[in-house]
Amino acid sequence: MTLPPADPHLETARLSEKPPLRDDFRFAAGKIAVFQYVTVVIFVILVSAFWRLQVQNPQFYDERAVANSVKSVPIPGPRGRILDREGRVIVDNHASFSLRLARELLKEEHLRPIAQGLDLDYDDLVARVRRYRHRPKYEALPLKEELTPLDLAFVDSHRDFFPELFTIPSQRRVYPQNGMLAHVLGYTGEITEAQLDMPEFAKYDQGAVIGQFGVEQQYNEILMGQDGQRQVIVDNTGQVRHELKSKGAVSGKDLELTIDLDLQAVAELSLEGRNGAVVALDPRNGEVLAMLSHPAFDPNKFAVRIRAADWKEIRDNPDKPMLNRAIQAQQAPGSTFKPTVALAALESGTIDEQFNVHCAGGAYFYGNYYRCHLKGGHGTVNLHRGIVQSCDTYFYTVGNMVGIDKIAYYADLVGFGHKTGIDLPNEKEGTVPSPQWALRNYHRKWYAGETISVAIGQGALTVTPLQLARAFGGIAMSGVWQQPHLVQTAKPEKPVTWNLDPVHVKDVVDGMFGVVNEWGTGTLAQIPGLQVCGKTGTAQVESSDLAKATGGVASQPNAWFVGFAPCYAPEIVVAAIWDHGAEGPYVAPIVRDILKAYFDKKARLTMLRQQQSEDAARLAAIGRLDLPGPSGPQ
Amino acid sequence: MSRHFAVRDIDWPLVLIALVLCAVGVLQIYSATLDTEFHSAWWRQILFVAGGWVLMLVIQEIDYHSLLQYVPGLYIGTVLALVATYAFGQSAFGSRRWIPFGPVHLQVSEFAKLVIILLVARYLTELRTEVLEIREMLKLAGLVLVPTFLVLKQPDLGTALTYLAVLVVGAFIAGLRWKYVAVIAVVTVIVLPITWTFVLQDYQKTRWRSFIDPERDAQGSGYQLIQSQIAIGAGGMFGKGVTKGTQTQLRFLPVPHKDFIFSAFAEEHGFVGVVFVLALFFVMVMRIVQNGQTASDPVGMYVCMGVAGLLLFHILVNVGMVAGAIPVTGIPLPFMSAGGSSIWSSFLALGLVNNVRLRRFVN
Repeated sequence: MTLPPADPHLETARLSEKPPLRDDFRFAAGKIAVFQYVTVVIFVILVSAFWRLQVQNPQFYDERAVANSVKSVPIPGPRGRILDREGRVIVDNHASFSLRLARELLKEEHLRPIAQGLDLDYDDLVARVRRYRHRPKYEALPLKEELTPLDLAFVDSHRDFFPELFTIPSQRRVYPQNGMLAHVLGYTGEITEAQLDMPEFAKYDQGAVIGQFGVEQQYNEILMGQDGQRQVIVDNTGQVRHELKSKGAVSGKDLELTIDLDLQAVAELSLEGRNGAVVALDPRNGEVLAMLSHPAFDPNKFAVRIRAADWKEIRDNPDKPMLNRAIQAQQAPGSTFKPTVALAALESGTIDEQFNVHCAGGAYFYGNYYRCHLKGGHGTVNLHRGIVQSCDTYFYTVGNMVGIDKIAYYADLVGFGHKTGIDLPNEKEGTVPSPQWALRNYHRKWYAGETISVAIGQGALTVTPLQLARAFGGIAMSGVWQQPHLVQTAKPEKPVTWNLDPVHVKDVVDGMFGVVNEWGTGTLAQIPGLQVCGKTGTAQVESSDLAKATGGVASQPNAWFVGFAPCYAPEIVVAAIWDHGAEGPYVAPIVRDILKAYFDKKARLTMLRQQQSEDAARLAAIGRLDLPGPSGPQ
Repeated sequence: MSRHFAVRDIDWPLVLIALVLCAVGVLQIYSATLDTEFHSAWWRQILFVAGGWVLMLVIQEIDYHSLLQYVPGLYIGTVLALVATYAFGQSAFGSRRWIPFGPVHLQVSEFAKLVIILLVARYLTELRTEVLEIREMLKLAGLVLVPTFLVLKQPDLGTALTYLAVLVVGAFIAGLRWKYVAVIAVVTVIVLPITWTFVLQDYQKTRWRSFIDPERDAQGSGYQLIQSQIAIGAGGMFGKGVTKGTQTQLRFLPVPHKDFIFSAFAEEHGFVGVVFVLALFFVMVMRIVQNGQTASDPVGMYVCMGVAGLLLFHILVNVGMVAGAIPVTGIPLPFMSAGGSSIWSSFLALGLVNNVRLRRFVN
């Protein structure tokens, strides 16, 4: 293809064939007019496009421009730590970074390199992005928690390539390993959709991390810090240009529990491998020294965001690891109820301590034969032997004489059938059956035979381990039932008091001393040099709710032991239950271990203090150094 | 032919409008590059405008008839320069568009526009027929498509399309038969979209897309377009004020001193400023058309209409793009976008118009 020749001389040679060069262009006038009209139309379209963008909708784009450049950066207010009674740290925070994905900046093709760089599963990442598709664009997708230095380096060095990635500092809870104290401590978690709709959670924002279980939930107000916020102007790479305003973060307060980590550790080890619960209380003030429930869960799994597989495993476990058996297992107390019946009989004046019953291995009441646990019978049994040998026949007879109304009255007095009011969420109250109870709940009459069952802690009677510990402690304290608690408050609840006859209290406590020390059912709880009292219990589980729920009809009875020491000036009371542990005596060693640990520690501390004061005195005598007096827990 | 012309014969309204647009552009470049590494762009732009002014005065002195004689040489030189650019050119932002020339980097494709205008004008004039036959049209199209293809491969879709715009305007005025216009219209409006939607497979579409406009995905055009619309919308009626637009200052807007200068301007000066600048451009296009209408011969008319079509296409694509009316295609806004080659080719184009105007009275 060539151009027409440019030389005018060549041109003239061919002039004859072609029409002459025209010097008018009227032929083009119409076309030029069309061009002018098109020009007008184009400018009208452009102006109207700008009218639509700039004038019709001024708010819309202005807000989006602000949303582009104004960002809120949260400053995390760390949650308070949880300490034991001696100030040892149980729950701490771990500062880390978590990675978010700004979805309005996301480009699909970035997902694969991002997944590779951060060692994430690509398909899982795509699925998560897809799940977020219907959420508002400004809501960032949490990509990864607990960033490693390697992850951080990746994000930093690829800031220009992946502007959609940004990190925020975060605090994660660190709980003890192996589920130690799990049910008491609980865990934190992001506020749920359901909670956001409830008025009591109105003060929290979406995304707030709050206590969801145990002490973390109960004392959330104290523990929770307040997140601060920085409002900043950022440019397109996310660099902060300047700060608009900032609100400082407020740390949560540390929370000191009454738990003694030493005792707790002993209790955890002692119950290890068995399902059940242990509660240790100081009956003088209601402080909970140890509390555990087995099987436990690992709160660390909840600390960030529990994985679906982990949650399914916990939820489907037939042993119900999320159940805090210490305050939620409502079980028949079995023979551990007998001291209460004895007290009711004495206090109501129905019998005195000399009252005798002949046990021939059982007895007839209301036409039915009720067997004693000892087939051959205990022979002639008085109150003391009745408790020591845990003679069923004795308590059938006495319970029948006292009557269900008085039994229920005293059971209520020592704290059964209602919550102890411990500072943990979702405590259960148990059941104290009575004619009124039967009428109210089942619209039926009370059967006289039920009284016989209740008298040995069976029938519809159910209690929690905490209630039992509190009840025994109060009886041993001659009628002062302190409110159990995990956190020392400035204004403690007033104890429930009742003017028990000291003689009656001594009769019952003597009986429980005999259980441990006079070849009774609890000899395994003996500790040389220490007056340990206690009572065993072997409770059939057919009647209990838990047994029904777990389908354990044919299972072994629950084993109970409640012990305290020293007998007449108790400092510690321990209740233990071993689910399906067959016989009360088998659980007595757990209680013994804890009591022994308590008194060993006390002796050690006393020795240490003595030593310290002697040292101080000696140094003071030498006059070199003036030390302050002995310190340490009193 | 070497008559000297009076200074007052220059189309003063036209060049004054150009200078006002340049001033607005310099102000906007200053604001958009504040605190960035490109901040020297505003005074460099002033130098470019001064240079452009000189070029305009020079080119209007050379009779356009003599210029047209050099068209074959200019055309071949341009094609060779484009090939050289493609082979040895400076690479920036993933494309080779510039060849170093002293302290500046010349963008050959910008100056090729002027050669195309002259080529089309001369070719159509020498046909001497009332209607443009399809055979002649295809020959001319072949000539134009060579540089178009070279620029497309740089890759620079926007500039390549400007050559076709000049061709289309010229062919239309030369009297391309209505039935061909109709056929071309039907093909573009109906057949292409249907083929695109129903016939082509996804991977074929991707291949075509990356052939025609490889920058599209690399730059994330969706993101650019959204940021541009936000900038314009946030400007509102009266704008945020010079250096106060957040989209511009915080760099959410891509290249706010070059291809997206008009959105930066719209954010900081609002609808009022937009109407002012568009009005200036409108008057500019119309005056160029008027100079075409008063030209002494058809070739002068073709030159003016080529410049008018080129300018109109630039405005339509650039302003339409930043407003989101048409797809993102990198193309500068004449007289406003920062860059020496764009400014110089714009002033040279004005020089051509003045050239025709100064010789409008046939002796």
